[in-house]
Amino acid sequence: MDASMLGMWTFLITEVLFFGGMFAAYAVYRAMYPGAFESTSEYMDVVLGGTNTAVLICSSLTMVLAVRAAQLSRRNELIRYLLLTMVFGSVFLVIKGFEYHSKWVEHLVPGFNFQYKPEYYAHNAQILFFLYFCMTGMHALHMIVGLGLLTYLVIQAYRRVFNANYFSPVEMIGLYWHFVDVVWIFLFPLLYLIGHRK
Amino acid sequence: MATLAHGTPEVAVEEVNYLNVEHGWKSWLLTTDHKRIAMLYVFSITLMFFVGGAFAVLFRINLLEPEGLFSPEMYNRLFSMHGIVMVFFFLVPSIPATLANFLIPIMIGAKDLAFPRVNLLSWYIYVLGAILTMYAVVRGGVDTGWTFYAPYSSTYSNSYVLAAAFGVFTAGFSSILTGLNFIVTVHKMRAPGMTWSRLPLFVWSNYATGLIQVLGTPVLAITLLLLAFERIAHVGIFDPNIGGDPILFQHLFWFYSHPAVYIMILPGMGVISEIVACFSKKRLFGYNFVAFSSMAIAVLSFVVWGHHMFITGQSMYTSVAFSFLSFMVAVPSAIKVFNWTATMYKGSVSFDTPMLYAFGFIGLFTIGGLTGLHLATLGTDVATHGTYFVVAHFHYVMVGGMVMAFLGGIHFWWPKMTGRMYPEAWSKFAALIVFIGFNLTFFPQFILGYLGMPRRYHAYPPEFQALNVLSTAGASILGIGYLIPIVYLIWSWKYGPRAGKNPWGAYGLEWTIQSPPTTFNFDETPVVTREAYDYGELEEVVG
Repeated sequence: MDASMLGMWTFLITEVLFFGGMFAAYAVYRAMYPGAFESTSEYMDVVLGGTNTAVLICSSLTMVLAVRAAQLSRRNELIRYLLLTMVFGSVFLVIKGFEYHSKWVEHLVPGFNFQYKPEYYAHNAQILFFLYFCMTGMHALHMIVGLGLLTYLVIQAYRRVFNANYFSPVEMIGLYWHFVDVVWIFLFPLLYLIGHRK
Repeated sequence: MATLAHGTPEVAVEEVNYLNVEHGWKSWLLTTDHKRIAMLYVFSITLMFFVGGAFAVLFRINLLEPEGLFSPEMYNRLFSMHGIVMVFFFLVPSIPATLANFLIPIMIGAKDLAFPRVNLLSWYIYVLGAILTMYAVVRGGVDTGWTFYAPYSSTYSNSYVLAAAFGVFTAGFSSILTGLNFIVTVHKMRAPGMTWSRLPLFVWSNYATGLIQVLGTPVLAITLLLLAFERIAHVGIFDPNIGGDPILFQHLFWFYSHPAVYIMILPGMGVISEIVACFSKKRLFGYNFVAFSSMAIAVLSFVVWGHHMFITGQSMYTSVAFSFLSFMVAVPSAIKVFNWTATMYKGSVSFDTPMLYAFGFIGLFTIGGLTGLHLATLGTDVATHGTYFVVAHFHYVMVGGMVMAFLGGIHFWWPKMTGRMYPEAWSKFAALIVFIGFNLTFFPQFILGYLGMPRRYHAYPPEFQALNVLSTAGASILGIGYLIPIVYLIWSWKYGPRAGKNPWGAYGLEWTIQSPPTTFNFDETPVVTREAYDYGELEEVVG
């Protein structure tokens, strides 16, 4: 493994701990308020969340294919797969944007307009909705950074920088992209499917 | 080697080195040379050290009188800013970002760190964090203590919590990048023959520090971010009114901040290992144990945070486990102390300034460490929790340990960093003043804490006045002790006698190259064939 890859792995360990703080908070509060957390699934759009999960898994596939294209010095294929990855990433963010909007309309944004039924769970459900926005927001931020990095890769690939001898930036950013996808794989069941476990 | 022992320095032509190879502010602000970045850090953290020290001077003045000389609000801000500046902007980056940044590539026979531009980026991030925190200071400061405990910090405090928290949040990323750089550098950049078992112990301890920085700091980052959301929008995550849990904040905070105290001591232990071996002219006793104990400390540091929360309502069984694990950390720490002592036994010990600081470190760290065991004991901690006993304990480790090691290291490698020697008599005098001032300041605080004086109060019962005055008097002596080196080190940089390659007769790759080193350290990559601290065959090394 070359130095840049080891650097990226080390950075991803840092990222795991960064998200880990929020997962720890989630675990603590879910154990404290299981009923309130279950009740929030009423308001989560499983179809949109599920679609987004599928979209991200597809983007991971195209990312791997992009790395392979770089390793085989296939420039046009590399650019094509990178752009496809960016399209999937953007679709994810657009869908996420619609979800955020509907949460706003339904008065489910803690700190701004939070109103919740059943009243009985309102307080504790607010904590889950905050965690929802915090975790998915941090995840979306990482997606946006990833899109920026992919744009950089496309430009570099267009300039014929990558070939079978030099492709470590593609591999590194690919690794980052997969990490961000994996975070979502954990977020989706934890946030959307709490009340659907019969 | 042109040590210029003959000929006058005025006419001597200085050889090209990392300091004179380029001139002008651009050559410094855009440098990727790890040695120049280390010097940038030296200036920045020294500045922050004196800012943090100024707060300490002010609140020690307040404590001269039992009813306090300043308002309680002012006092709260002073001790909070002292803690925040000293912990996050001096102690955490102190040795890693300066001495280790300078020395790790040289000690392992590399031209630079693995990611030189990331290294420069980490300095800019540090400066940005410092500016944000200084903004909070200028606007009136923070009064939460360096621990930012919720819900006081998130709801009730009227001070500039957000700016300070963002400053700390930002500086954290600089710490992460430094740690990441060290880990990758030690894995990937070692010269041929520089095996893991030949690494100088300074490298081992900074490698262990890097692990803690990479694993711990992001948790602090997310914790402060949650706190900021809570303060800005009152989302309820730490607000007991809607079921949020302030104790969760403490768990998350100490998950970073207890390992962080090892970020603040492990690099110092590395410095002491180098100094003790050099001034005893012996291979460090039990090399493998000392190296392994650094790693053991790094691992154990992550499972002891609960000892900060014995009286915050965690379950008794949790406390028992944390108490036991905290005792475990004492084992690798004690291994180090015993091995340093054993190294000196039958060594040819000399009493140069760095060694004086090492003596100070070993003695004071032992006191700081042993009183840590008092605090790890459930029963005694209930009595001493939140008293001056705790304050004295961690100052014995942080100031008596880390700052002593930092000063010792600066004196030890000053000839390498600047190519000049500092005045010997003045430096010994300053080391003595620091030691006396330190003990006068903090030893009375053990007694005060034992007698029950709580920390973080601006006033105290009149019967505690004598000890408090003693402590303040010690603090002024300590302050003078810190100012003297500033003066003579700056003087020596220009006027000090030239040092030559290896003024101490020390063993190690950094002593085989010219002082100050050239930009790429080595003309050709060295091949290492011998163990670290191989003082038996010294003659070959001395230039």
